[in-house]
Amino acid sequence: MSGEQKAESRTLLTPFNLIAGIILIAGLIVTVIRFTKGLSSVTNLSDYNPWGIWIGFDLMVGVALAAGGYVTSAAVYLFGMKKFHSAVRPAILTGFLGYFFVVVALNYDLGQPWRLPYPFIVGWGTTSLLFEVGLCVALYLTVLFLEFSPAALEWLGYSKTRKLAGRLTIVLTIFGVVLSTLHQSSLGALFLIAPSKLHPLWYSPYLPVYFFVSSIVAGLSMVILEGTLSHKFFHHSMDKTYLGEHDPLTLGFGRAAALVLAGYFTIKMVGLAAGNHWDLLTTPYGLWYLVEVIGFVLIPCLLYTVGVRDRNLTLIRFTSVLAVAGIILNRLNVSVIAFNWHLPFSERYVPSFQEVVITVFMVTLIILSFRFIVTRMPIFHEHPDYKDSH
Amino acid sequence: MAISRRRFLTWIGAAGAGLSTVNTAQASTLTQFKGHPEGLGVLHDTTRCVGCRKCEEACNTVNDLPKPDRAFQDMSVLENKRRTTTKAFTVVNSYPVGSQDQPVFRKIQCNHCLEPACASACFVRAFKKRADGAVVYDPSVCVGCRYCMVACPFEIPTYEYDNPLTPKVLKCTFCAPRIEKGLLPGCVESCPKEALTFGKRNDLITLARKRIARHPDRYIDHIYGETEMGGTSWLGLAGVAFKDLGMREDLGTTPAPALTSGALSVVPMVVGLWPVFLAGMYGMTVRREKIAAEETRSEIAQAVKETQTLADEKMAKALEKAQAEKRTALEKAEKEKEQALKDAMESFKKENEPGEEE
Repeated sequence: MSGEQKAESRTLLTPFNLIAGIILIAGLIVTVIRFTKGLSSVTNLSDYNPWGIWIGFDLMVGVALAAGGYVTSAAVYLFGMKKFHSAVRPAILTGFLGYFFVVVALNYDLGQPWRLPYPFIVGWGTTSLLFEVGLCVALYLTVLFLEFSPAALEWLGYSKTRKLAGRLTIVLTIFGVVLSTLHQSSLGALFLIAPSKLHPLWYSPYLPVYFFVSSIVAGLSMVILEGTLSHKFFHHSMDKTYLGEHDPLTLGFGRAAALVLAGYFTIKMVGLAAGNHWDLLTTPYGLWYLVEVIGFVLIPCLLYTVGVRDRNLTLIRFTSVLAVAGIILNRLNVSVIAFNWHLPFSERYVPSFQEVVITVFMVTLIILSFRFIVTRMPIFHEHPDYKDSH
Repeated sequence: MAISRRRFLTWIGAAGAGLSTVNTAQASTLTQFKGHPEGLGVLHDTTRCVGCRKCEEACNTVNDLPKPDRAFQDMSVLENKRRTTTKAFTVVNSYPVGSQDQPVFRKIQCNHCLEPACASACFVRAFKKRADGAVVYDPSVCVGCRYCMVACPFEIPTYEYDNPLTPKVLKCTFCAPRIEKGLLPGCVESCPKEALTFGKRNDLITLARKRIARHPDRYIDHIYGETEMGGTSWLGLAGVAFKDLGMREDLGTTPAPALTSGALSVVPMVVGLWPVFLAGMYGMTVRREKIAAEETRSEIAQAVKETQTLADEKMAKALEKAQAEKRTALEKAEKEKEQALKDAMESFKKENEPGEEE
């Protein structure tokens, strides 16, 4: 944190820093109220609505959008797409920061956050899918930390430890994919226990598969989107290799995303047919479902396809925004919007201003940490001493 | 290959043993848990309930809950749809039903499921289904994730959102501490109309069936909680459709744990097979790269060889040509030499001839 402030003091009066500063102050104020006055003082949570956007967005969306780490490292190290090697470090870094702040945000939502390790110490609630999510996220955060460590070790100059960490790459990648498969899908499986509360168009026995497959879309699209944004803001930290691999990467990941989205759309339709709830499509919830499945699954799929065919990088980059928005929409639909659909509006949940403040606070912290790290450590460029060491 | 009679019989025997284990396994998975045989329960007969709120008051007293906002004698609260809260583990609502003059009253509290969703969902095992039927909660391990509240199909558990340090999930305990002492649950004891009957769940089902059989005009032919979500320890009888009393009829008969067991069963499969698949992919990548490298190497060697041969041929040709040229040159020189000699001889002869002529 002290380094972050240092970075800020150097370029203090940019509009970005000003806004970030205001958000940080607001976030800290709400944090103090939350931990001194309890959840009811800052959230609109209720007995009917035990989970709000701190779970629906910070956890559900956060984990999905942090999937770039496992997707990229698997593509490069296991599936042999070596030409995208320079994308691994930024993706691992975003993954690590994403998961880290998911856990931070979770501590706001839990009633007694200091008991977070209880599931693994006191009571092994192995019948709970939340237990599985917790265990996998804890392990995966460790894996991401280790996967990220070479960059930090190069920066710190610990070359021996760096060598050791490098040897673990393949094992860590495999472990990371296994853990990601499990907890990405389990986040969807959390809702399997509540068929009477989740709208039938979203409730499906395939929920875990949907969450896993769409996390691949999220990972691929986020890598494209982050690359585009990073290009704009951190161009000076990028080396020739990164810059040279960037356009082929956008094209390659766009192609992969088009394929996975096509598969995702297909299994969504299979689920719709298996549930046999076609009649609900004409209701307001049905129309909202179609907005998600057509507007944010089928259309991004087609746009990615056209973008790849025409080698239109601008279109692919635009589509990545649409696809990411689709993932956000899906996670919020399952956990908040279509959840408790049977209740009258007066008993439904709408996030409070303070809840939104904390969510924005978390996103800001991720961006600031990302900036702090990429401007110092070898993320977008190779460390001169460690060229060809991976 | 010849198969001996003996070996054949061994195979058959092994197959038979395999089949028999499969049968046992199937029998055990198909068994439905119908609750602990001695498990207790309460039958709530809504046709007897008069909405006097005595049960609410008793519940408040025996659980040492805070004083209610409005006195238990105030019947106007019945008009609003209420739910369980941290201050009230049971509430009675009134439901105006069709043509009847009198509304129907229905008591809400934890139904104490035979296979509770809350217990299945809890990742620290804070909830337990006891053999006596009570679903109890241990606040000393609760992390406060509130997944139990997401999971509960009856929307019963409530949470102390205003407690910053030790918030707990609260709900009806079936008066477990009282039952242990041989006392009735507070609500049952206080009911003046015997709308609540306490007893063994199995006996209560028999009793409910008898009531329905004796008064088919008075009751709907269904015991709520006999099969809902796999069955609950609290059971309900009604004279009108249960959904008109705010009780969901679309919960199905699948107990909550069965809804997630499929997803959980995939976990060890992923752990077991994903590394095999991924290591295989990695192996194929490494092999592909190796083959590609070898191909490149052999192509380079081939190219070098071809260039060499070509150069050799060129050299040989050049050599041959040079030799041919040399030969021609030599021959030419020889010829010239001979010519010169001849010329010289001739001129010498000529020089001597004029002397003879002179």
